[in-house]
Amino acid sequence: MPYAARMDPRFESVTAVRDSLREVDYLSDEGIAGVVYLADRLQKPILVEGPAGTGKTQLAKSVAEMSGARLIRLQCYEGLDESKALYEWNYKKQLLRIQAERNTEGDWSDIEDDIFSDEFLLTRPLLEAIRATDPVVLLIDEVDRVEVETEALLLEILSDYQVSIPELGTVEASQIPLVFLTSNNTRELSEALKRRCLYLHVDYPDMEREKQIVLTKVPDITENLADQVARVVRSIRQLELKKSPSVSETIDWARTLVLLGVQQIDADTATDTVNILLKYRSDIEKATKEFANNGEFS
Amino acid sequence: MTPSAPLPEAIAAGSGGESPLLELLSGFIVELRAAGLPVSLTENLDAMEAVTHIPLEDREAFKYALGATLVKNHSHWRAFETVFEVYFSLRGEQYEMVDGQWLDELDLDELDEDGAGDGDGQQGQGGGGGDGLSPEELAEMLFQALMRGDQATMRAIARQSVKRFAGMEPGRPVGGTYYLYRTLRNLELDGMLERLMEQAREQADGPLSNLEERLEKDEFEGRIDQLKKEIEAEIRRRLVADRGVEAMAKTLRKPLPEDVDFMHATRDEMMSLRKAIIPLTRKLAVRLARKRRHGRKGPLDFRSTVRHSLSYGGVPAEPKFKYPRPSKPEILVIADISGSVAAFARFTLHLVYALSSQFSKVRSFVFIDGLDEVTSYFEGTDDINQAVHRVNTEADVVWVDGHSDYGHALEVFWDGYGKDITKKSTVLILGDARNNYHQSQAWIVQEIERKARHVHWLNPEPRSYWDTGDSIVSEYGVHCDGVWEVRNLRQLEKFVETLV
Repeated sequence: MPYAARMDPRFESVTAVRDSLREVDYLSDEGIAGVVYLADRLQKPILVEGPAGTGKTQLAKSVAEMSGARLIRLQCYEGLDESKALYEWNYKKQLLRIQAERNTEGDWSDIEDDIFSDEFLLTRPLLEAIRATDPVVLLIDEVDRVEVETEALLLEILSDYQVSIPELGTVEASQIPLVFLTSNNTRELSEALKRRCLYLHVDYPDMEREKQIVLTKVPDITENLADQVARVVRSIRQLELKKSPSVSETIDWARTLVLLGVQQIDADTATDTVNILLKYRSDIEKATKEFANNGEFS
Repeated sequence: MTPSAPLPEAIAAGSGGESPLLELLSGFIVELRAAGLPVSLTENLDAMEAVTHIPLEDREAFKYALGATLVKNHSHWRAFETVFEVYFSLRGEQYEMVDGQWLDELDLDELDEDGAGDGDGQQGQGGGGGDGLSPEELAEMLFQALMRGDQATMRAIARQSVKRFAGMEPGRPVGGTYYLYRTLRNLELDGMLERLMEQAREQADGPLSNLEERLEKDEFEGRIDQLKKEIEAEIRRRLVADRGVEAMAKTLRKPLPEDVDFMHATRDEMMSLRKAIIPLTRKLAVRLARKRRHGRKGPLDFRSTVRHSLSYGGVPAEPKFKYPRPSKPEILVIADISGSVAAFARFTLHLVYALSSQFSKVRSFVFIDGLDEVTSYFEGTDDINQAVHRVNTEADVVWVDGHSDYGHALEVFWDGYGKDITKKSTVLILGDARNNYHQSQAWIVQEIERKARHVHWLNPEPRSYWDTGDSIVSEYGVHCDGVWEVRNLRQLEKFVETLV
């Protein structure tokens, strides 16, 4: 059987996932909790997509924290190859080994067997996640940054939870890790990759959830201020902007307001601090104009 | 692939007996495919396994389970939601039709329940229920519900008003929009926003600042939208019960955003197109920049090779190449912005300018029967929408009567700007080539082609309409390097990619 033995499910129910995520200060919604729960039951990786700064990477970290697992992270970038992602032979050590063997009467095949053994293998994140005996969560971050060809590296591990090393054979997972892949959607991922994953789109939270997030993440903030923050941000997101404010920017903004000792957001405070929420000049101008405008003619 | 769990049996056992769920699911997936979503066999099996892990009575979880396994592209989510609503909104007994009669009592009960749940007894507890309310009372109740943002009451009112105002009759071959219109007309939502705002002003301690006004307004608008959605959903549910799932799914089927025809997009579709174009340009820019970097290698870099040979004892074992610097084309866009093709021109201009870092220079000209250069509108602003808006309102493009005259427009272009075309220029002409039987002046295109590197003609009409009526696209087309049918975002994306 190509599969490691089916493990006991990690989570009781969708609600259980949601509650435990809340305990580690990650406020999920029905969709997020549901997909995490399913990923565990179906033993499938999750492909998380969505705008920047909506907590995609944080989701993986929080799931690791709540299940007490070790987080193994593979940051993707252009030019990532298997020696960085999967495994590599430790050439230097192999050379030393051969040198040391030169003087003794050794059989070539002995040496060959020897230098292609576990001892000379450098494990990289993917292999490490597969071989781990303790519970792990594997995070493959920004998978859209690698080239289409490199994506193929991931396919074996994602569908069968195994890695084939020509000299050693196939390494199977001793336990199936939860796998998260995040993507900023700068390119279409291949069908083969998508097919193997559950798909989760994390969007900007609705107003109520955003308020709760601000309340959890910003200590000392009043309920009233958090409510106003969430409402202003929602209004800004409705404008046609180059880049809408992300959740992390909302939190930064709320922190700033608390530091400034603001109790009540008025147009002036909003205008003065809006550069924390928005990063493009044209966006800032647009938002400032909207703050001044009472909305009658917009 | 999927572990060999006995799936169909599991589902059958889960739902009891003949596995109606399995049947419904496969119908659902067939419909998704018909709507254009690429659902593979594996995904199909995954979905079937996924639902066995989900308590079936939890509708939200059920929806997300199907969504996570079947929809792998966020722009398809809306299409998925529509099909889902049609297939699975009727899963409660309260929507059963008995001998062609609606079970309206249940609606009323629910309304009562919700009203009682409020605690403050908006509509007289224990009274006759929703049916006894006069239209004025209903409107007042709706006003209060919107004011408080009371979801449950809003939902109940949506049901009640559909029942009361839409005048739905089983078997009547009328579309959902008609019922929606009737319901909304009777609810008089237009004045509602103003009333809500006034109420909010009264309730506030002092006068509302501009910012507060704006926030309140957004809030109420959101609630009214919510109500409209509830009403739509209710009408859809009733139509499904009347006409059956398949028929309904077929009438609701809409093209995916990337397949929407530029020339016949509705206002809603336009909105979704405008939203879709921003991530599309970002995606294209990344892809093109990457392609440029990873193109073929440049010529041998002698200095660098010698430098690196030192570490091999002077043997040039590792040849180094210069960084490739392919020349960037200069783009001239000549766009027809009359009536029907305006939307197409707008999207193409948007895309070209969003990618302007990929070109050494972009100049744009718009025409109807006269021609005007609009390059300056795009310079010094990073708000492309604003610039496109200015093009549509400020450019001087009418010469005689405001009907397309390609011949004259080309003439003006050739006289004024023809000298600027060089071997580095790529000229894009956008338009349907419907010339209103004016002179074609196709020789100008031929001259342009002689001077420029490439000339492409982008036509937003379906290929089968070309050269019918007053369309003379092939008269121009013979002088172009390519004539492309560009009717939707998908085709536009493909064209732009070949351009760079």
